[in-house]
Amino acid sequence: MALLEIRSLSKVYQRDSQAIPVFENIDLDIDTGEFLVLMGPSGSGKTTLLNLIAGLDEPTTGAIIVGGEEVTAMSRRQLAAWRSDHVGFIFQLYNLLPVLTAYQNVELPLLLTHLSKKERREHVMTALDVVGLSDRADHFPRQLSGGQEQRVAIGRAIVSDPTLILADEPTGDLDAKSADEILTLMQRLNREFDKTILLVTHDQRAAERGEAIMHLDKGVLTR
Amino acid sequence: MKYARLVWVNLTRNKRRTILTTLSVAAALFLFVSLRSVVTALEDAGDVGSETRMITRNAISIVFVLPEAYYNRLVAVPGVKSVTWAAWFGGVYRDPRDWFASLAIKADSYLPMYPEFIMPDEQREAFMAERTAAIVGSGLMERFGWRLGQTVNLRSTIFAPDQEWPFTIRAVYEPSEPAVGDEWFFFHWEYLYENTGGRMTPGWYVLQIEDPALAASVARAVDEQFENSRARTRTETERAFQTSFLTMWGNVGVLVNVIGMAVFFAILLVAANAMIMAARERAAEVAVLKTLGFGDRLLFVLVLVEAAAITVGGGLLGVFGAKLFFDGTEFQGAGFLPGFEVKWATIAIGMGIAVALGLVAGLVPAWQATRLPVAGTLRRVA
Ligand SMILES: Nc1ncnc2c1ncn2[C@@H]1O[C@H](COP(=O)(O)OP(=O)(O)OP(=O)(O)O)[C@@H](O)[C@H]1O
Ligand SMILES: [Mg+2]
Repeated sequence: MALLEIRSLSKVYQRDSQAIPVFENIDLDIDTGEFLVLMGPSGSGKTTLLNLIAGLDEPTTGAIIVGGEEVTAMSRRQLAAWRSDHVGFIFQLYNLLPVLTAYQNVELPLLLTHLSKKERREHVMTALDVVGLSDRADHFPRQLSGGQEQRVAIGRAIVSDPTLILADEPTGDLDAKSADEILTLMQRLNREFDKTILLVTHDQRAAERGEAIMHLDKGVLTR
Repeated sequence: MKYARLVWVNLTRNKRRTILTTLSVAAALFLFVSLRSVVTALEDAGDVGSETRMITRNAISIVFVLPEAYYNRLVAVPGVKSVTWAAWFGGVYRDPRDWFASLAIKADSYLPMYPEFIMPDEQREAFMAERTAAIVGSGLMERFGWRLGQTVNLRSTIFAPDQEWPFTIRAVYEPSEPAVGDEWFFFHWEYLYENTGGRMTPGWYVLQIEDPALAASVARAVDEQFENSRARTRTETERAFQTSFLTMWGNVGVLVNVIGMAVFFAILLVAANAMIMAARERAAEVAVLKTLGFGDRLLFVLVLVEAAAITVGGGLLGVFGAKLFFDGTEFQGAGFLPGFEVKWATIAIGMGIAVALGLVAGLVPAWQATRLPVAGTLRRVA
């Protein structure tokens, strides 16, 4: 059985009296441990799809089922708890909290758990070790390079050991070398830690790191 | 507790705004506590008046006098044990702005009726034996640096303002409790009477009654008796009299409450504005926290706690600042507010207001944080 099942999913934005359809009746299955890449022109609805999967936005029609739980049927409260347990989100612009250190940023998702301070520390240091930034734990985001910031963000996304990692153009703002490091890191997460990853990118070279590439264009998803 | 850091970094990220907001809350609560303490001091002064003493005064106003001849008729009223009288002197020592209360009293009957002015027997006897002698409160002695036995010259703002009145301090009293006041100045009625050419008549009479329960009937009997006289009277218990005297220049309590409310709402706007601005700047971060799984309730509480931290901090500063200030300066309203102090009840009210202020000020931004749409907010900043 697939980890993620998307069934006849449609999203139509309503601006004033005008309906703006993004996609209609999309179906998609992702298996556990898959590393899928999603490509498509700007405005085709890639971010919209990720937001729907993460429960950050509501579909117009259709259902999303992750690990047997129907995300699209959950209340706001259930969604928040579900996200904290199952989703790691990585953004193009890292979105770290500037007033917190790398350590504290990575610790954020763990504040929502029942872990003790000591246990949180172990998890955070492990995550920072995986992304290769143990020595930067006390640095603030402004003291880090873009690539390092993104690695902290990845540490934050994996620290609570989520079922699914969603990455929206994680290398879009990085130079080639940093982008390469990030992609290698994501590949490791997939191979060594068996993480299921859905990566959105415009970059053909980035796309080649995945196991399969999907295209979203004019509301149609092809695999 | 694990969220404390999150609140703390948000408080300290715009230090100037946090400090200014905290200080404005502190200033407002300092003002509130000061005004509130004025009211409690006035209320206490009203409570000091005895229940078995009644004041008969001119029905028109305390500043009009009463005929001397009323004395005999007052003594004859059933239920009245004894009668004495007094008058304002309006004494001034050197600087007219340095106000204190000075009274001419019919000492042989007045002092036995007022046991709350405590002084040694030999001083009382020395006072009684000398026509120009005075009894002075210990606080007033200290204020002017006077000594027992010293002769001091006062002027009267009421009688012959150019004339100097020498008084010899023969007794120093201590009040039985702070609200009685330790800054009164008493001297013999006879001294005033003779120096005003015998024209002077009592400012008010004090009646000692046998039983507080008789107060209403005595008041009616007295006031009916003088109903058709040239000077109609108004008789009430001393407690009621104190209260009406202290509120002579308008209803202080109401005034204070109105000012308090105005200050509260002004500060509410200041604090709420600061919080809303802070929350707006952080919209993207709130969206990120939601992505991480932070729930609406948690975000709501975090914003409220942040707002309350500012107002409680300002509250502590203002409320205890006022306490320390007034304790340190031994403020007594230049003698007008004997027993003035910042009471613990006032401190509790002040801190209660500070907490309420924070919760109300944080309500709007807290609610906004929970309603914030994640997808739309992240799209706008990205
Ligand atoms: N809140 C909204 N209201 C109306 N239209 C919206 C809204 N959000 C997104 N859209 C539209 O939906 C479409 C898909 O947007 P989306 O951001 O998902 O595209 P994308 O594939 O991620 O693009 P890019 O590659 O540029 O990031 C766009 O045409 C966009 O203008
Ligand atoms: Mg996008």
